[in-house]
Amino acid sequence: MSATLTTVSYIGAIILFVLSLGGLSNPETSRRGNWFGIIGMTIAVLATIFGSRLVEIPGGHEEWKLVMPGGLVFIIAAMAVGGTVGIIAARVVKMTQMPELVAIMHSLVGLAACTIGYASFIDTSIQFVGAEHVIHVTEIYIGVLIGAVTFSGSVIAFGKLSGKIGGKPMLLPGRHFINLTGLVLVLYFGYAFVTADSIQTATLPLIIMTVSALLFGIHMVMAIGGADMPVVVSMLNSYSGWAAAATGFMLSNDLLIVVGALVGSSGAILSYIMCKAMNRHFLSVIAGGFGTGGGAVAKKSGDAGPVGEVTPISAQETAELLKEAKSVIIVPGYGMAVAQAQHTVYEITKVLREMGKNVRFGIHPVAGRMPGHMNVLLAEAKVPYDIVMEMDELNDDFPDTDVSMVIGANDIVNPAAQEDPTSPIAGMPVLEVWKAKTSVVMKRSMASGYAGVDNPLFYKENNRMLFGDAKKMLDEVLAALKA
Amino acid sequence: MPQTIGIPKETYAGEKRVATAPDTVEKLIKLGFSVTVESGAGDGASFFDDAFTNAGAKVVSSAAELWSASDIVFKVREPEMREVALMKAGQTLISFIWPAQNPDLMKALAERKVTVLAMDCVPRLLSRAQKMDALTSMAGIGGYRAVIEAANAFGRYFNGQITAAGKIPPAKVFIAGAGVAGLAAIGTAAGLGAIVRANDTRAEVADQVKSLGGEFVKVEYEEEGSGGGGYAKVMSEGFQKAQREMYAKQAKDVDIIITTALIPGKPAPKLITAEMVASMKPGSVIVDMAAERGGNCELTEADKAVVKHGVTIIGYTDLASRLAKQSSTLYATNLFRLTEELCKAKDGQIVVNMEDDAIRGFTVIKDGEITWPAPPLKLPAPPAPKAAIAPVPVKEKSVVAKVFGALTLPIVAVALFVLIGLYAPPAFIGHFTVFVLAVFVGYMVVWNVTPALHTPLMSVTNAISSIITIGALIQIAPQVAPGIARPDELIRWIAIVGIALTSINMFGGFAVTRRMLMMFRK
Repeated sequence: MSATLTTVSYIGAIILFVLSLGGLSNPETSRRGNWFGIIGMTIAVLATIFGSRLVEIPGGHEEWKLVMPGGLVFIIAAMAVGGTVGIIAARVVKMTQMPELVAIMHSLVGLAACTIGYASFIDTSIQFVGAEHVIHVTEIYIGVLIGAVTFSGSVIAFGKLSGKIGGKPMLLPGRHFINLTGLVLVLYFGYAFVTADSIQTATLPLIIMTVSALLFGIHMVMAIGGADMPVVVSMLNSYSGWAAAATGFMLSNDLLIVVGALVGSSGAILSYIMCKAMNRHFLSVIAGGFGTGGGAVAKKSGDAGPVGEVTPISAQETAELLKEAKSVIIVPGYGMAVAQAQHTVYEITKVLREMGKNVRFGIHPVAGRMPGHMNVLLAEAKVPYDIVMEMDELNDDFPDTDVSMVIGANDIVNPAAQEDPTSPIAGMPVLEVWKAKTSVVMKRSMASGYAGVDNPLFYKENNRMLFGDAKKMLDEVLAALKA
Repeated sequence: MPQTIGIPKETYAGEKRVATAPDTVEKLIKLGFSVTVESGAGDGASFFDDAFTNAGAKVVSSAAELWSASDIVFKVREPEMREVALMKAGQTLISFIWPAQNPDLMKALAERKVTVLAMDCVPRLLSRAQKMDALTSMAGIGGYRAVIEAANAFGRYFNGQITAAGKIPPAKVFIAGAGVAGLAAIGTAAGLGAIVRANDTRAEVADQVKSLGGEFVKVEYEEEGSGGGGYAKVMSEGFQKAQREMYAKQAKDVDIIITTALIPGKPAPKLITAEMVASMKPGSVIVDMAAERGGNCELTEADKAVVKHGVTIIGYTDLASRLAKQSSTLYATNLFRLTEELCKAKDGQIVVNMEDDAIRGFTVIKDGEITWPAPPLKLPAPPAPKAAIAPVPVKEKSVVAKVFGALTLPIVAVALFVLIGLYAPPAFIGHFTVFVLAVFVGYMVVWNVTPALHTPLMSVTNAISSIITIGALIQIAPQVAPGIARPDELIRWIAIVGIALTSINMFGGFAVTRRMLMMFRK
């Protein structure tokens, strides 16, 4: 395969990747988009394996030469092992565990970026001089740095999402100072690394930087609370892209640069959307400490806490309410995922739709633990996607809605965000469920949400509380509806 | 030994309500009480004896038997003297009492050494007590029924129509007083299609009027009429004059007037004069919901529908009782909620805890001692209107800082580009161009992704970022430029690890994306 053919193949792959992302604008075209991605990837890998590359011929000049790698066997073996693991993971993963899977996959990209960076570092056959040398080693340094942060951060995110590590933010004293020290270390050893005159003297700075980058990744994600996880997951998604782009610079490979940039900007946009949906500044999320399990923040606002009485309701009465309603909006949250209640929710939806009621779902951008988490869960339960609406699409419809049902969500339906300028979540866009004629909130107890903010919704006159495990309660509601 | 709740048949002539419903009987039994009902007590509300029996209540044939068997008696109307005579010491009576209007009754009850809880004394302002507030539930029913009575007496449609036989204008309804009853009337009349106007001395109810489909008519006079406790107060002379003018104007225009104005402890204000009635169109209807307290209209006769100056004036005082099944059900629920408060242990024993604000409020006689009126409630200060909270001072950045903030990013970007342009080798510039363009393409493409597919987007970008495997694929190739020592073996093994890791992403990412996308369906 000639060098130009390889390059053309890469261009083809790039186009296919762009089409693949473009296909996701609509569920109809998304399946085709996925195939574009698969084909693009196949082309890229084959073109690389059987492609030629620039090699230096003894005598001082360079030329393109076909290199049929002697490592084909190893490549096939490694891909077989990795591919099998990947496909098995993709098959067995539960839809509620998607955030964990995505997080651990980010960590793999990060780790791979590290290994490639190290391999490039010890590759003595790559020799540059002058500015090119500085740029090349800087690229290695940055590639490894991003890779290491992505890796350790994603591992911690995985641990938090899967419940192996507690969701509460770990706030070390002087954590900003620790981060700052890390940054100074990285800059200092970066200088040492770039100016080092041999591989031997450069090794130590690289290793120190890697270790501090790993620690920084751990520290950063440990300090972030459960509710901020959507931001973290999309941020790590972005990092994994930048890591790939840095690797592309390091290897002078445009395909890697383009794909890395695509993925990086995609993750960045998702992070931006998530931050906006929580009315938070990106930096303050990264600085951490907000998404507590009800700690310091709650106490600060405690004196202004809403007073009043909550009105409980039984599953039976909820079913009656639903039977009498003409239009229903269901607002799911992370609690629905935890209780694995999405299938029952669908059954209820089906029964209600058969009765001729207008049932829709209202999805807040940060509902769940990653962007689009609720949509995937509802899709898994066979809820048709055309009744699953974004917040902005149906927020104006609540006043004409008879019953709004909140399943395992709290902060995203908190009226304090609009009504109380002193609330920690003031200004965050929320689903206005309280404007429906009746709202029913399903909740295990009266505990506050991740933001640790009390929810005045519970005390509203037209609100009813259905206490208990979401799945169990919904099963009862379903039974009562069918009866 | 669980206490027995007894429900006698109401003795007041024409009273059709009953103080419990079969559903409520079941709930009371669940609370641990046993329930006894006088035979025929629910007939007026279409709750017949067998329904109560099926719900688990015992049905007894006479009032005397019932009163002697009960520890607690639920009633709707205040007891008559012959009923008081049936009471025994230690018994508890829960009912409407109106202690201010019935001092003799209070004395008689106290002499029987009983405990009396008055439903009309439930502290309405306590949000906890609202579920037991029977005045509100009865007033709502009255408002609804008032419109129905008016429609019955009115000779035309409520809603406007355009028919083959011509155009029918909608009826115009004016509602005086937008309390619970007034608001219910507004909603009902608007629901029937009439044009509804309403007035209240409390300006703050204007929004509620509008929310129910009514139009708020203001009195052109500045005075705040909220008398505390959710009631209105007596207004100044100037205001009353302006108000009369407004009413006179409305009377000429509208077809139906429903008046609900009451002032606590005072006779109802006379809002509609005889001249106003005379000025109304023939066939118009006035429903005076304040008839029991003297009426808002000068010509009202209590308990009667009379026609004067061609206007039907309805002065029924039993509007709630005319919707007996509904009002009994709601009243029974109010009583049940109250019983829950009294019986927190759910053991079938009531405890009249005088320390409890709500219970203290409606306990008018405790073991033969008159405890009415209750001391004024120490209400938790009503939540101050949000607007009153000093707005959090917004950190106003100076203009310089703003301009600087807005310019920081472009300046940094320009500086970066200049630096790169000055020092970077041509090869890097080529890659950099590609990188910047790709970021822009990514930006454009990803904004188009529907939010519903954000999770598949993340998993597919995950899969695509396994393209990094290309780096490892290149590195795995052995030394191609002889002459320089290269640690081939080490690099190969590192690369193999890299390939294996990225393959997990490559295969797993696409597979899981496919799996997810297959689930999305219409």
